[in-house]
Amino acid sequence: MPRLRLTALAGVLIVLAACASAEESDGATSPQDTLAGDVTVFAAASLTDALTEIGSEVERMYAGVTVTFNFAGSQQLATQIVEGAPADVFASANLAQMDVVADAGLVAGHPVMFARNRLQIVVEPGNPRRIATLRDLQRDGVTVVLAAPQVPAGRYARAALDRAGIALSPVSLETDVRAVLSKIALGEADAGIVYASDVAAAGDRVTGVEIPDAANVVATNPIAALAAAPNAEAAQAFVAAVRSEAGRAALARAGFELP
Amino acid sequence: MSSPTRPTGTTAPRGIALLGVLAVVFLTLPLIGLASRTPWTQLATLLRDPVVIQTLRLSLIASLSALLLSTVLGVPLAWLLARSHFPGRRLVRALAVLPMVLPPVVGGVALLLAFGRRGLFGQLLFDATGLSLPFSTAGVIVAETFVAMPFLVVTVESGLRSLDRGYEEAAATLGATRWTIIRTVTLPLIAPSLAGGMALCWARALGEFGATISFAGNLPGRTQTMPLAVYLELESNPSAAYLLSFVLLAISIAVLVGMRDRYLGQP
Repeated sequence: MPRLRLTALAGVLIVLAACASAEESDGATSPQDTLAGDVTVFAAASLTDALTEIGSEVERMYAGVTVTFNFAGSQQLATQIVEGAPADVFASANLAQMDVVADAGLVAGHPVMFARNRLQIVVEPGNPRRIATLRDLQRDGVTVVLAAPQVPAGRYARAALDRAGIALSPVSLETDVRAVLSKIALGEADAGIVYASDVAAAGDRVTGVEIPDAANVVATNPIAALAAAPNAEAAQAFVAAVRSEAGRAALARAGFELP
Repeated sequence: MSSPTRPTGTTAPRGIALLGVLAVVFLTLPLIGLASRTPWTQLATLLRDPVVIQTLRLSLIASLSALLLSTVLGVPLAWLLARSHFPGRRLVRALAVLPMVLPPVVGGVALLLAFGRRGLFGQLLFDATGLSLPFSTAGVIVAETFVAMPFLVVTVESGLRSLDRGYEEAAATLGATRWTIIRTVTLPLIAPSLAGGMALCWARALGEFGATISFAGNLPGRTQTMPLAVYLELESNPSAAYLLSFVLLAISIAVLVGMRDRYLGQP
């Protein structure tokens, strides 16, 4: 692929916003050569599908840009960033972990909320144990897997259970939300609590059971370019792409709610 | 060799010395980094923490059980590989050591597909007894054994191969039965390899992370071993994680010192 390295132009964000909507309307790619190099995005495991799609979009728009992802539990990513991992962008599954990074003075500007995610109960396809509410998770013989309390999804799940006054003894506390999902998809446990976007990502390998608004907890996903970003311009461009119409459409398809 | 001989064991060529020193620096810097960030003053408090005690206890129980299982099954396998000739022996050896090169997380998923509640054999077990290995301490032992046993097998096998068969033959001509020979001649002669293999196997089981977390999950008191605790504490309580890491490191050093003839001594 021919690669022109031009100096990055001021006002790159406006250009990007414009071509993001152009991309949306006619579907044709219009590669820009104003940006180049790698952009490394550290993102919560729950964002895997939506951000991967947005990443390919960014690579199509900027011929010289390569997007690399590190998907894991937000708590782990925050630790890595604070310890000096060379990331350009951080997308967290909760405010607390974004605050860890911001408090260390590592965020460029201010984090922006770009998506919301609701919790759902995830069960095996067809819901063989007939689980309808959070309370059903207490039933004898129902094995439940949650994310660990250090993981945002685990913290949200705990908040929802506490609010409903439900005490559970889960069989495992997984290190990220996708590990909870895979335990259910593999049939090793009967139910788990994950995000609506995870249930959407798993397709027909699992079934989602909605938690009514009164009992639910809404997770907020903040994103920020990082102060020490090795590729600051591409970082801003990625954040802008996530907030563009095309980005919002990708997030909505992946089961997120938009602010 | 016809080239003029140099006295060996005195000075190394500069290039080799430089790269060797670089290797040492590379291998020791992380340890120094860990030591420099470890809050030593909290060690006593941490070692009295009931959660830490519980995790240490579980780690010891699981890794020693894995060692026992590996020894009971692994020594006979090593004997078969070293002493008997059967078709497909090379293939069997390759399969037996595969877990050494397999990424542990892949090993854990493979264990789920075999012994999980919906696994190939696990389903039969679950349907018959209602028991399932994942999320249980037994599952931790299975995961650790899967990953660690090959270390014992290869060490004991090489010990058996380098053994002078003359002693066993002499015992046989003196009328000893095969079991007597194994018990009184073979086992004492391979004792150093057996001890070395057991130490490696135990250290590997104690440090096991990937297969354990993907097969047995993570639950304090039941399946959360030291490495899993370190991984999760790293985010919420880094100093506890550094200290726990150091406890694991101290155990590894103890194993190395115990095996000094093999790894720390003269060639």
